[in-house]
Amino acid sequence: MNTFSKADKNTLLFVIIITMLAPFILNPFPEGSAMAQFNAGYPDLMQRFAIFGILAVGFNILFGLTGYLSFGHAAFLGVGSYSAVWMFKLLSMNIIPALILSVIIAGVFALVIGFISLRRSGIYFSILTLAFAQMSFSLAYSVLTPITNGETGLQITLNDPRILDGGTGAGNLPVTGLFGMEMRNTFTLDVGAWAFQFNVGYYVCAIFLILAFYLSMRIFRSPFGLMLRAIKTNQTRLNYTGLNSRPYTLAAFVISGMYAGLAGGLMASMDPLAGAERMQWTASGEIVLMTILGGAGTLLGPVLGAGFIKYFENIFSKINDNVLHTWFSFMPDGLENAIVWVLHFFVGKGWHLTLGMLFMLVVIFLPGGLMEGADRIRARFGRNKGDGDDTPNATTPAE
Amino acid sequence: MRPDLGRITMSNFTRRGLLKTGAVAGAGLAMPTLITSPLAAYTNEPTGGSVTLGFNVPQTGPYADEGADELRAYELAVEHLNGGGDGGMMNTFSSKALKGNGILGKKVEYVTGDTQTKSDAARASAKSMIEKDGAIMITGGSSSGVAVAVQGLCQEAGVIFMAGLTHSNDTTGKDKKANGFRHFFNGYMSGAALAPVLANEYGTDRRAYHLTADYTWGWTQQESIQAATEAKGWSTVNNVLTPLATTDFSSYIAPVLNSGADVLVLNHYGGNMVNSLTNAVQFGLRDKQVNGKNFEIVVPLYSELMAKGAGENIKGILGSTNWSWTLGDDGTKAFVKAFGEKYGFPPSNAAQTVYAQTLLYADACERAGTFNPCGIAESLEGFEFDGLGNGPTLYRKEDHQCFKDVLVMKGKENPTNEYDALEIVEITPRAQVEYAPDHPMFAGGDLGQCNPGA
Repeated sequence: MNTFSKADKNTLLFVIIITMLAPFILNPFPEGSAMAQFNAGYPDLMQRFAIFGILAVGFNILFGLTGYLSFGHAAFLGVGSYSAVWMFKLLSMNIIPALILSVIIAGVFALVIGFISLRRSGIYFSILTLAFAQMSFSLAYSVLTPITNGETGLQITLNDPRILDGGTGAGNLPVTGLFGMEMRNTFTLDVGAWAFQFNVGYYVCAIFLILAFYLSMRIFRSPFGLMLRAIKTNQTRLNYTGLNSRPYTLAAFVISGMYAGLAGGLMASMDPLAGAERMQWTASGEIVLMTILGGAGTLLGPVLGAGFIKYFENIFSKINDNVLHTWFSFMPDGLENAIVWVLHFFVGKGWHLTLGMLFMLVVIFLPGGLMEGADRIRARFGRNKGDGDDTPNATTPAE
Repeated sequence: MRPDLGRITMSNFTRRGLLKTGAVAGAGLAMPTLITSPLAAYTNEPTGGSVTLGFNVPQTGPYADEGADELRAYELAVEHLNGGGDGGMMNTFSSKALKGNGILGKKVEYVTGDTQTKSDAARASAKSMIEKDGAIMITGGSSSGVAVAVQGLCQEAGVIFMAGLTHSNDTTGKDKKANGFRHFFNGYMSGAALAPVLANEYGTDRRAYHLTADYTWGWTQQESIQAATEAKGWSTVNNVLTPLATTDFSSYIAPVLNSGADVLVLNHYGGNMVNSLTNAVQFGLRDKQVNGKNFEIVVPLYSELMAKGAGENIKGILGSTNWSWTLGDDGTKAFVKAFGEKYGFPPSNAAQTVYAQTLLYADACERAGTFNPCGIAESLEGFEFDGLGNGPTLYRKEDHQCFKDVLVMKGKENPTNEYDALEIVEITPRAQVEYAPDHPMFAGGDLGQCNPGA
């Protein structure tokens, strides 16, 4: 632990506080107000924030540290999901065996794919991983239909064996749980006009996110992490020193694959369904976007990027013309319609457009991602305040 | 811990109190029994003056056109339920429980979402409607894969699912759920309605080659039409599965030419069907003579939007639909008029399906006197009605499938405008498309019990 600087400890504490208080932070607007549309504090989205946070943190161990850009991480996510759902079908609705199996299977997959792909570097490596991911997608989509149920997706059914649970009687489908705690249970706290939702599933995901974050922090600060960074800086020079760098890159690849497997397993634990589209190349691309948007190579960046993209996908895509009209109803009719007509292209099904533009702005003006923006703001205000305690660390990126 | 819990729900709070609450909530995680849902009789029980419905349709992807038309119909239905417009089919509906003052006196509001024709995205969207927007009912979707996935979710969450556009046998077969209802017809019915017409038009010794969309709908549609045509004496040469995301079917069409088949059955829908049919026509299949007969193409499931997309190519091609705006009954006329006045063109059968389902849901609430999913399910089960455009209709209790007449359609040779591309060949009576609930094609599922959630 003494390898952690004060800034690191603060970052970890920051992550813990943010994830634990997320139901408050993400629900700033009172229920029923016009702004309530922008609230993100409902269980499904909060779970997604945490799960994709884990995925991005894992991806960052590979991409941020070694510079190897994998375009196939969605495959591990999908493999993790399928493993988890099979555990729900065969063994038990408890999420622990499901998560264990998904991490192991994803690790094995990563070992095989990494062993082959890592024979090349740079763009060739990216293409190889992309090819493997597309292969996995096609397999899941049509060839391996008995295992994956193809396009329909793998779901739990009433007549699954579930050996440990002793099967399920007639009636309703069982729900996933952790030793009796049901993942879907939500406690709603009404404070005035606000309704804060505390969901068991979210807190399970959040704890895994904190553990995943802590582990990645340890890797970043370890000699192993230093070696990975050396690979990114100049692999040729490293090879000339007589060092074989491939075991290190392979280890990083497998670790990050296992992270993705854990994320996939958690996704299935929150909602026991696994679909092939989780493995499509667009899903892999999304992971890359998250990491770059947040700030590749920084500790906190990928988590921020994941949250950013998921927020857009879930909140902006649900604003329809009707909602726009209610917002601008105070304006004269002609003007209202004109504004709605313009905004129409940026919300609802046009959310990709908004996200794309923001992505461009970030890449052009903040090449280091959202983290660079945060650092710049901190640097400016830190100096103005003359906060002697934190400034030396604040100006250096969290990397 | 327990005495502390009282403090959580206190409505006036201070900064300190807020922090404390956070700590308590965190600690509460270790005590699962404390974290239970608030006391409500069922999921999202509406307490204010309004009730929220969730319209979950594909706004992007291969079925986006159908999704857009569904949304139009939903908006129209909400308008009519709230007493706006001319009331549309509410005037012709045989049940008179709806009064045009919302549902059970509560104003109807709605939220929309994009399923992207992906199970994952559709479930995420439906979940956010239930968890964030408090939707009491989810409806929509233009793919059976999505419908099956969302139906499962609604069953778990304890809300009613009105399935929208889903034609797979599985939706009310092996994947049927107590909280889900389907107004649309299915693959088996398409086969049963289409096979006699095909035998009449093309003879009884045909050799069929199937191209099938590779998911639950394609599989069951193909199985149904194969069984129905083989019963009429046809033989099946081959069945090739095509991925849903395919846009160019050339490589699938080429082998058909040398297979010895004289009929091509396209078990495709939406954009898929438009592309595969166009490819098939480009390859000159329709001008070919095989086994001394004209080569024919059949599209088991038709829609107006597909006909519009495929243009010239659909002339003379047979298929089946759930409904057509050209029908002459009062319900159809009222709906086509209302829809046409609002949007300027006639509705598709997807639009009619979701409009009818929204009205049926509202009517079931009125008759049950509650929004409780179990009460609604009870009043929908075995419900017989008329006046929603399909003639006398039954929602069967055993599998929540709707039974009504099925239309066999044909691409018009001389369409007068782009919405007039299909003509009715035969209205197949309900009795001919009925089947036992335990029919082998529908076996293996279990409705389970209705789940009110909470």
